[in-house]
Formats: sequence, structure tokens, C-alpha cells
Amino acid sequence: MSKEAILETEDLTKEFAGFVAVSGVNLRVERGTIHALIGPNGAGKTTCFNLLTKFLSPSKGRIKYKGNDITHLAPADVARLGLVRSFQISAVFPHLTLLENVRIALQRVRGGSFDFWRSKGVLDNLNERAMQLLTDVGLESFSNWTAVELPYGRKRVLEIATTLALDPEMLLLDEPTAGMGHEDIDRIAALIKRVSADRTVLMVEHNLSVVSDLSDKITVLTRGRILAEGDYETVSKNPEVREAYMGTGHA
Amino acid sequence: MAAAAPSITAPVQGGRSKSELIAFAIMVAFFVIAPNFIYPIFLMKALCFALFACAFNLLIGYVGLLSFGHALYFGWASYVSAYAAKSWGLPPELAILAGAATAGGLGIIAGALAIRRQGIYFAMITLALAQMMYFFAVQAPFTGGEDGIQAVPRGKLFGLINLADQTNMYFFVLSVFLLGFLLIYRIINSPFGEVLKAIRENEARAISLGYKTERYKLVAFVLSATLAGLAGATKAIVFQLASLTDVHWTMSGEVVLMTLLGGLGTIFGPVLGAFSIIAMQNYFAGFGQWVTVIQGVIFVFCVLLFRRGIIGEIANALKIRL
Repeated sequence: MSKEAILETEDLTKEFAGFVAVSGVNLRVERGTIHALIGPNGAGKTTCFNLLTKFLSPSKGRIKYKGNDITHLAPADVARLGLVRSFQISAVFPHLTLLENVRIALQRVRGGSFDFWRSKGVLDNLNERAMQLLTDVGLESFSNWTAVELPYGRKRVLEIATTLALDPEMLLLDEPTAGMGHEDIDRIAALIKRVSADRTVLMVEHNLSVVSDLSDKITVLTRGRILAEGDYETVSKNPEVREAYMGTGHA
Repeated sequence: MAAAAPSITAPVQGGRSKSELIAFAIMVAFFVIAPNFIYPIFLMKALCFALFACAFNLLIGYVGLLSFGHALYFGWASYVSAYAAKSWGLPPELAILAGAATAGGLGIIAGALAIRRQGIYFAMITLALAQMMYFFAVQAPFTGGEDGIQAVPRGKLFGLINLADQTNMYFFVLSVFLLGFLLIYRIINSPFGEVLKAIRENEARAISLGYKTERYKLVAFVLSATLAGLAGATKAIVFQLASLTDVHWTMSGEVVLMTLLGGLGTIFGPVLGAFSIIAMQNYFAGFGQWVTVIQGVIFVFCVLLFRRGIIGEIANALKIRL
């Protein structure tokens, strides 16, 4: 009945010196869906992300990606399997140009990155593909700018373009619309919708209108535990979720 | 949003920029004619330190790693080079290679230990390892302790060119320097160098793109140590001496100062920085201990007033790459 799971966790737990940030989370992300992870501040969403991409090691539990156990892999290896993340604060290479930002991702796929004796001219044949990726997200006219000069919203767009350069099977987006104005939010939401066509997306997101527009499935976390799961309709009617988000008074 | 791009750096596609090429030509021309009006021994000393600073800059300027123990590679390479030339009777080119290889080997060990840590902890580990090897140099019999290794023969390069001749020696040192300089330039402008810059800019992001950043940092560390060793090994042949001064922590500090003064992360900055500091030490020698105070004051001014260093400020003002 349900689709095949691309990413699964079993009893995922992370403790920091006695504080349990993520506790016994069983997450199941289905292939080809947009799955949102929501919850109040401190619910453990970002920790969960860091665990899934191995930037943190779990205290307990297992992570399976495409049926393989990835619990003990290094973060770079997880990325190489096609599970690529973004960060809550914009993750660009600030003093490289936009073209170079995207190209550094293409270069990883190309290989030969330890060749210190070769001229970087050998990378020029990646420029065309890099420009194409920038054009896809509407940044082509800025390709010579250094990333630090971009306004915030466009940095996030650049970040997604860089991620897409790896052609990942699954994207993990940590608050892709945080700190953005309406116009930028709409652009990012449309972009996520578009790139999810042949990919799986797991995102942490606070903006509930974005969540309701995009997500196929929502998991609500509070205090490190899963509180509710389902589509927007189901989750938004759940009294416990309403309480966690708005407090009892408004319920 | 349609404003013209205020691009800070020159277009990057396709390798070297014109400004770098011109600056390189000026530098080579200067070094070729310099011995006619500047004392060659001073020039050779400065060239060795310039290469040392360039090697150091490869780490701090392009990977963002502050090693506070680079005297370890510079000094130990000079010991091995001096010992090989004097006690084993190796020709100078092999003695220098032995020195550089030793530095590379030490770099693998120290690098593997240090790159697991970041920032100040990285600097502290490199310093601790360098100090450990300093005390080893003080105690070990073959380093000659306080006396160092003296009267090292300059020998004949490839069995043909007599390096006792000052002009021959000078052009040999210049060749070593240029070779090292161009190699560093190539490293910075290679596919590998692109990854190094990405790591410097945002290591977590580089990891999330699938780069095993620790391996890149280790390779960069070993390259830097080897090139620092090349400089130290050459210096031992020039001065026919290897001594404790070159493994002392103040030497690690001096190379930081040279690089900062000239300009972190610029190609030519460390060269100018090294020349300025060595010139100061030479020509202000009459002030005795005050030289150190003067250096300190310059350091403070450098940090307060021109953080990009001399070359860095020029490059920024003219919007070119140097």
C-alpha cells in the first residue's frame, strides 16, 4: 500500500551530556515525496538532520538509506551516496564566484580533485554545465559575482543550485525559507516543487503555508519525539499538535 | 537588482591573470639583476625565507590553517641537508632533496595528528610537536647541540657547477626559489587548489558536497611542510650551517609575521614580507635587541592598519589579483 522507503530510521536517539535532543525517532521517508519535519523551537529538528547526514553520530538507533545501513558512515560518504543536505544558515562559499560555487560541486563528481600538479584550466569544460545550473534557477546574470555580494534570498537559491549540481537522489533542506521575504519564499517554494519532480525531499520548515503547499507528508516533533504524522489535513487537526504550536488557550 | 556586478576578483576562467604575469616578470627581472647592487648573501637568505613564507602561506592563506610550528620542517630539513652534505658527502642537490623529504615525512606525522583539530587547537598541536622536536635537536648528538652543524661543504651541483662560487650559488638558490614558487602557484590554481579554497571558505559545506576534507588538508599540510623543508635545506647549503635558531619557535613566529606583513592569501605577499623582515634584521642590526621591538611595532601596525598586508592592500586598491 505505501511506497518504498528511501530513508528510514529506527529508534534514532541523540543525547548531549544527559540532555536528550532526539529520542527514539522512527522516521520513514518515501521515495519521490516531499516530507516536512516541523515542530517548535528546540524540538530536535536540526539535530535530527545532523544525525541523518552524519554530521553528528547517534547515541542509539539505526539509519537506513535505500535499504543500506548508513549509521556508521562519514558525512562525505553519505553525500556521495546521493543524500545531500543544506544548512540552516546559508551555505555558500562566500568569496568564490557563483560559477565557482556550482563548479566545486561538479568537480567532486568529475573526480581528479587531488591533482595539484594540473592547471585548473582542466575544469573549464564544467563551466557550461555550471552556467546551465545557474540559468535553471535564474542566477545566470550573476555568475561573475562573488557569493558574498548576493542578497540573502539568492544565496539560498545558489545553495540549491550547488546541491543540484550533484544530482542527488534525496535532498535534505534545513529551513530553506528562513529569514526571507514573501517574494523570495515563493521563488524558493516553486524551486523546491520543481526539483522534487524526480527526487525525494526532506525539509525542516517553519513557514506553515509553505509546508501545506508542498508537503506530501508531515512529521511533527516536540521535545525530540514524534508527536504526530500524516498529511497537512490530519496533522493540523490533531489537538496535541495545536497545543504544542499555539498553547492550550487557543485550542 | 540589475546593477552592474561589483566583482571583487578578476574573472577566474582559464588560469592566470595578467596582473600576476606582469608582477612575476618584474620579480624575476629584479632577482636576476639584484646581485649587481645588493649583497648576494643577503639576497640568498631572503630568497630562502621567501620560499619558506610562500610554503607557509599555502596553508594559512589557501586552506585557512594556522600552523605555529613550521620551524620544525624548515629547521629539521636544514639539519638533514647539512648532515648529508657534510657527513655522508652527498652532492648539494641530493642533500637538499633529503632535507625536503625529511620535512615531508615529518609533515605527514604532524599533519595527521593536527588536522583532526580546528583553529587554536590546531595551532597548539603544531606548536607542541615543533617544540618536542626542538628539544630533540638540542639533545641529539648529530645536530651538534648549541654549536649546530658547521662548515658544511657547498659542493658541486650535479658534480659540475662549483657552488663555492657566489654567483653560481646565487643562481642556484634563485632557481630553487622559482621552482618552489611556481609549484605553489600551480597548486593554488589546480583542481586541488579549488577544493582547498572551498574548504577555507566553508568546510562543512565542502563535506556536505562529498569532499573528505581531512584528506585534502593533510595533502596540503605535507606539501607545505615539504616546501618549507626545501627552503631550510637550501639555506643550510648557502650558509654552510644548520643551527638551533632555525628550529626554534621564534622562527615559526617570524614566518607568520612575514606572511601577514606581505599579505595572507596573496601570491607575492610572502615574498615581499620575507624581504622586508630580513632587510630589517640586516640593516637595523645596529639597534641590537631593538630590532625585535621594531618588528613588534610593525606587527601591531600591520594588524591595526593594513590587515590585508602590503600586497593585499595594493591588490585590493587596484582591484587586481597579485
